[in-house]
Amino acid sequence: MAVALPSTFALRREVPVRRQPPGPLVLLPSLVVAGMLLLPVVYLGVRAAGADEGIWRLLVHPRTARILLHTVLLAAAVTASAVAIALPLAWLTTRTDLPGARLWSTLTVLPLVVPSYVSGIIVATVFGPAGMVHHLLDRLGIAFRPEGFYGFPGAWVTLTLVTYPYVLLSARAGLRGMDPALEEAARTLGDGGWRAFRRITVPHLRPWVGAGAMLVALYVLSDFGAVSMMQFESFTTAIYLQYQASFNRHYAAVLSLVLVALASLVVLLEDRRGRGRFHRLRGTPRTSRPQRLGRWRWPALALCALVTLLGVLVPLGVIAYWLVVGMRQGMLLALTLRPAVHSLYASLLAAGTTVAAALPVAILSARHGGRLAAAISGLTYAGFALPGIVLALSLVFFAARYVPFVYQTLGLLVFAYTVHFLPQALGPLRAGLAQVSPSQEEAARTLGRSAFQVLRTVTVPLVRPGVVAAAALVFLTTMKELPATLLLSPTGFDTLATRIWSAATEGFFARAAAPALLLLALSSLSLWLLLAQERWREKG
Amino acid sequence: MTGSCLPKVPKPVVLLVVVLPLLLAVLAPLGAQPVTVTVYSGRNQELVGPLLERFAEARGVRLRVRYGETAELAATIMEEGTNSPADVYFAQDAGALGALAYAGRLQRLPAALLQKVEPRFRSGEGMWVGVSGRARVVAYNTRRLSSRDLPASIRDFTDARWRGRMGWAPTNGSFQAHVTAMRLLWGNERTREWLLGMKANAPRAYRNNTAIVAALGAGEIDVGFVNHYYLFRFLQERGEGFPVRNYYFPGPDAGNLINVAGVGILDTARSSAAALRLVEYLLSSEAQRYFAAETFEYPLVAGVPAHPLLRPLAQLSTPRVDLNHLQALEETLRLMRETGVL
Repeated sequence: MAVALPSTFALRREVPVRRQPPGPLVLLPSLVVAGMLLLPVVYLGVRAAGADEGIWRLLVHPRTARILLHTVLLAAAVTASAVAIALPLAWLTTRTDLPGARLWSTLTVLPLVVPSYVSGIIVATVFGPAGMVHHLLDRLGIAFRPEGFYGFPGAWVTLTLVTYPYVLLSARAGLRGMDPALEEAARTLGDGGWRAFRRITVPHLRPWVGAGAMLVALYVLSDFGAVSMMQFESFTTAIYLQYQASFNRHYAAVLSLVLVALASLVVLLEDRRGRGRFHRLRGTPRTSRPQRLGRWRWPALALCALVTLLGVLVPLGVIAYWLVVGMRQGMLLALTLRPAVHSLYASLLAAGTTVAAALPVAILSARHGGRLAAAISGLTYAGFALPGIVLALSLVFFAARYVPFVYQTLGLLVFAYTVHFLPQALGPLRAGLAQVSPSQEEAARTLGRSAFQVLRTVTVPLVRPGVVAAAALVFLTTMKELPATLLLSPTGFDTLATRIWSAATEGFFARAAAPALLLLALSSLSLWLLLAQERWREKG
Repeated sequence: MTGSCLPKVPKPVVLLVVVLPLLLAVLAPLGAQPVTVTVYSGRNQELVGPLLERFAEARGVRLRVRYGETAELAATIMEEGTNSPADVYFAQDAGALGALAYAGRLQRLPAALLQKVEPRFRSGEGMWVGVSGRARVVAYNTRRLSSRDLPASIRDFTDARWRGRMGWAPTNGSFQAHVTAMRLLWGNERTREWLLGMKANAPRAYRNNTAIVAALGAGEIDVGFVNHYYLFRFLQERGEGFPVRNYYFPGPDAGNLINVAGVGILDTARSSAAALRLVEYLLSSEAQRYFAAETFEYPLVAGVPAHPLLRPLAQLSTPRVDLNHLQALEETLRLMRETGVL
């Protein structure tokens, strides 16, 4: 198998040959997962029902429409720019002879590990109206007045920088998993390079890019850290404001339901555009011959360097600066390892359970389809689009009232992470499954394997890149999760994220610097392991 | 062809690593535990963590503290209903305490404790008590302005000469409490005029007090409406050269509001006696001295002086506002929305 065979084929399935109804092995766990995901929506229904008429009037208020428009525009803009940044990077780092491609492929994914509340503070410190860039240019005698920076532009830049790696990771996985024989076949049949790209590569990549882009859009809908730092009024800030200012849980619930509806719309849009219909028949594709960049490698390098500078070096630099300033003032940096251990432990558990919960849903939707599958996968996205505080309060409500013995346990916290981050696992798994032909599973079945054996010995190994990518994404986002951790963790269970928050909100940036650096270091390490593993697979 | 792709991990190891900790985590709280006091603290761990630890050590009470945002913890307590594990709620502002008292979630405190604090800094019904004071001030950039340039009343900031030079935090709880206080002092109409006048001067909207003080230091704005103590943290981290100072209005101006951070005992508290000991401790001179020295807040118990950098509480002329009414935020929010401030 190690020898590359040119004889791999692709099978195009416009219409599925036949769709078997899902077996209990897939259906039952999927239904359980769906039940989990319904909890926040049910909670919001209960709370919204308690709303008086005045609240419904607020909902149709012009202001609500304005916030809705702002939020949608921001989500669209961030998604578009994330894709625009991620696609060239994905292609450059997987398909070309870009010098230092391996290094760039790690560096350009790194911004993913920066929490958006930290990123917001940093972007304001650097690019704000009186930020470092402004002072630098001032000294050079260049008049630079980024007056309109706060609001939309600031939120756009900040969120693009922390979310584009979702598309990048997804698109890279797609490009790596794609058999170059397809493009070559198109070329031998007379297609030019661009035409082959458009006819073969684009449709092949679409589900991967779509999955990543959807995560970006929903991340923007649910984000609080960046928009609040950038003084941008979005749906999430409006929801937080209700909790904070008037202790009014009813209006917040009504607003959250609008957000759920919006998320469902995003999911529907993505779904309508269709999934990939390419299956690879043989297990191992050849690695493609890298495209020669020639003189183009200079602009390519410049792009990689610029993205790395903005997404990685600037945050690192600012945090290190805080650390030095604080130490010079004689601040004691009490760096304990306990929060780091808590973060790692909870994130590992979250990655495991989330992938396990997402797998049956992914199989249901990729292999069997139908309305039920669409409904369940739609539900998963509702959990991701909800701001952390809303999700956390819904679980507070159910757990404290009905299952008090799990309330504020690590188990419930991991449960919350699972509900919140399921779509991050679902995307890569589904896209991975789309590349594996069901005929291999069917063959194993005819050879006498049980459904569970097939899942374990055929399906999971074949979608392994998807499984690893899913687990890694969930792990990295859990490391930086804040609102649910604050409300649902066992009392006294502090994580790196809560330590950073607790210092930074009170203006102790120097004290926030040490846990922030530790968070970035640990997350980067895990990311590096993931990418190293990706390469190992390619060689093996 | 498939098995070789996965590294072999023995099943027992998987079980041990994944399943066991989860089970333990769920079952652990079922085990026997000594009597503990659970605190929901809307006050920051960096600020009050050492104080609470000192209490636990000195009085031999086991403390479990959940840190979070003041309002979110209040919402959490309401969602928890009668199963709330919280015994004590430690809030950053009187409004949140008022909201919990209004929802019937707080217990009446003993009179002996309440009387340690002036009536203006505690609940009229005795449901909560303030433990430290926080003054609203105008912070200004000392490179752009001296205190002589600043007006006699917060109302004067509607003057056109302040256009584009101010920062505030309309989404922040302490600012909203301040607007509520204005409504109580001036009535809705004059508050509306003030908000509209301010808005005409296009103040920058920041997320919170910290962001305002940081922006003042960077020279992004010249004046900002904040709580008094944030400045001192910046001075601590950045040194005396940090170009920002606080300004108090002369006379009992609405701008000189003093809000409190305070505590209440939950109606569902399982160990009220131990919870009371914590409240007692927070009003002890040891704790009051801690607030003065470490958080730069005003001690509220007689006999403990404020930090030497602060103007003493007795010398501040504060407006007469009943803190019990600060939870009436709904009306304030409506006003802020109608004027386009929010």
